[in-house]
Amino acid sequence: MLKPSVCALSVSIATILAAGLPAVAAADPVKVGMITTLSGGGSGLGIDVRDGFMLAIGDNPDIDLIIEDDQRKPDVAVQIADKMIQSDKVDVLTGIIFSNLAMAVIPAAVNQGKFYLSPNAGPSALAGKGCHENYFNVAWQNDNLHEAAGSYANSDSLKNTFILAPNYPAGKDALTGYKRFYEGELAGELYTKLGQTDYAAEIAQIRASGADSVFFFLPGGMGISFMKQWDQSDIDLPVIGPAFSFDQGILGAVGEAALGVKNTSQWSKDLDNQANQTFVADFESSYGRLPSLYASQGYDTGKLLLSAMSKADVADADAFRAALEEADFESTRGSFAFDNSHHPIQDLYVREVVEEGDVLTNRIVSKVLEQHSNAYAADCKM
Amino acid sequence: MSASLFIEQLLNGLQFGVMLFLMSAGLTLVFGVMGLINLAHGSLYMVGAFAAAAVAGWSGSFWLGLAASLMAAALAGALVEIVVLRRLYRRDHLDQVLATFALILMFSEGTRWLFGAFPLYLDVPEVLSGSMHLPVLDIVYSRYRLAIIVCGFVIALGLYLLIAKTRLGIRIRAGQSDRQMIAALGVDISTLYTVVFALGAALAGLAGALVGAIQSVEVGMGEPVLILAFVVIVIGGIGSIKGALIGAIIVGLTDTMGRFLLPVFFRQFMDNAAASSVGSALASMLIYIVMATILIVRPSGLFGKAS
Repeated sequence: MLKPSVCALSVSIATILAAGLPAVAAADPVKVGMITTLSGGGSGLGIDVRDGFMLAIGDNPDIDLIIEDDQRKPDVAVQIADKMIQSDKVDVLTGIIFSNLAMAVIPAAVNQGKFYLSPNAGPSALAGKGCHENYFNVAWQNDNLHEAAGSYANSDSLKNTFILAPNYPAGKDALTGYKRFYEGELAGELYTKLGQTDYAAEIAQIRASGADSVFFFLPGGMGISFMKQWDQSDIDLPVIGPAFSFDQGILGAVGEAALGVKNTSQWSKDLDNQANQTFVADFESSYGRLPSLYASQGYDTGKLLLSAMSKADVADADAFRAALEEADFESTRGSFAFDNSHHPIQDLYVREVVEEGDVLTNRIVSKVLEQHSNAYAADCKM
Repeated sequence: MSASLFIEQLLNGLQFGVMLFLMSAGLTLVFGVMGLINLAHGSLYMVGAFAAAAVAGWSGSFWLGLAASLMAAALAGALVEIVVLRRLYRRDHLDQVLATFALILMFSEGTRWLFGAFPLYLDVPEVLSGSMHLPVLDIVYSRYRLAIIVCGFVIALGLYLLIAKTRLGIRIRAGQSDRQMIAALGVDISTLYTVVFALGAALAGLAGALVGAIQSVEVGMGEPVLILAFVVIVIGGIGSIKGALIGAIIVGLTDTMGRFLLPVFFRQFMDNAAASSVGSALASMLIYIVMATILIVRPSGLFGKAS
């Protein structure tokens, strides 16, 4: 006998398996290929996006969903994309977490007439001159959260920030984004090695620099390491970062060191709108954990897809594109619209890490940027 | 740049080096004694960290976690040696690399299956948390990092005594120089190999637990360290514990001081952002440049026997 939770699980498995079986629904279902990171380092992000997306589409007979693990390797992602486009004949691709993988897959996919809905990566190269009519970003342009952090630093009258990020494209986008809005002086600017886990040398320099605050973009394990070591150093300076360093998936591992840290995000668990409350409650009851911003992005991507499907047939690319552009869905972020480069126009918030019961989570402090688009949109001609 | 910042960075380099030593001591022993290339050494480091985090989370005691990391890694090491590696000693290095690479994948996915994809929490113990003033030059330094330095040197001394003064050490050295002869003399060579492997694994597990408290305990944490550990044993000379210690400290200091000093150097004639970018790019190459230079002068490493 199947227990209810097992039933729910087998339904989701059936959704995955359905891809390999003859279609049972009356109309031709929309074929969706999800390429995301499900194993190794960084898999927490992909799992959240996948779970959020599956929660949004539910047990929908009109969607054939194929999910594949890219292992965070660009070559694997490209192989999967080729297979999905050529042999599975998907209509829509989605799921990629990391910008370097996105750059390897998306340009080729959209040029073959496929739609791509990005639930996470938003490299600047795809926002300005490199924009494409079939590429839609449902999360943010990479610079956005860092721009919000720079803007927050001004409003908190910070005058001498020490900034650091890993030495790779998204790290450079981060510091560029922060400096685009930040008006004070820089006490120092450092690029660390990608994947670096020991920050003793950097923390010693921050201590010696006379900075009045620290801004860092160190996603995943790098951020966990930095915050734990920062906490041990007893330096009493305010720390600011994008939400990636303080999302729900890693707060547990950082522990109390993260308490009180300000971070910028387009989403938070406590955003007060109906769609978000439903999402948070459903996510918690389905998966037994609190959702992260990645999960909310996956969920919004699913809802966007459903909204476009209800208005147009994916076979009619122009009508389907127009339906996507309308973004006529209830976003967990409240207001959501696409700009001319198909990136979000949305509000950005500053959040604070707080303790709720014995769980660390984020709470909104204030709104820093209203109806924010991106710096590259003007260069986009489509 | 003040003198205290410079000394603090030296300490950081030393601490990094000591951590690398714990990792590479086992690797160099296993390579030297058994002639086995073990890529899965990083997985044992991860096993140690996860065992420490799980037990510390369950019991609330860091020290119990530390003990658990030693035991779990030694156990995993012994198991791997008995089940898999024992069959590979006579095979060539390519087979060993393939098999131990497969072990990495199995350990990683097994750990993810057991503990989930999200990083675990492990904090430094209360007594060692925070920073202290050192008596010289008004340096503020993390207590925990000082403890790692001390712990590393104690273990180095212990290993030296073990190898130089005990019967087990004599057998290990004998096994290193002539495998057939020591077997002919009646020493149970397969038990000796299991013990050496478990010892190396326990050291890697200890390094994982010590480092896990100030870094992130997550799947795949071992591989970046493994690469550095190989650099260390190549610099130090394969099979030499002394070489591993010196090599580890060279790598630790080079890496830390490079990251610290190169951007400062380039700032003399470049603007800030460019200097930082060029400096950090060059800093990440620096240890490999040092390794290449050492290998040109001494092809079998600093303390390696010429073959």
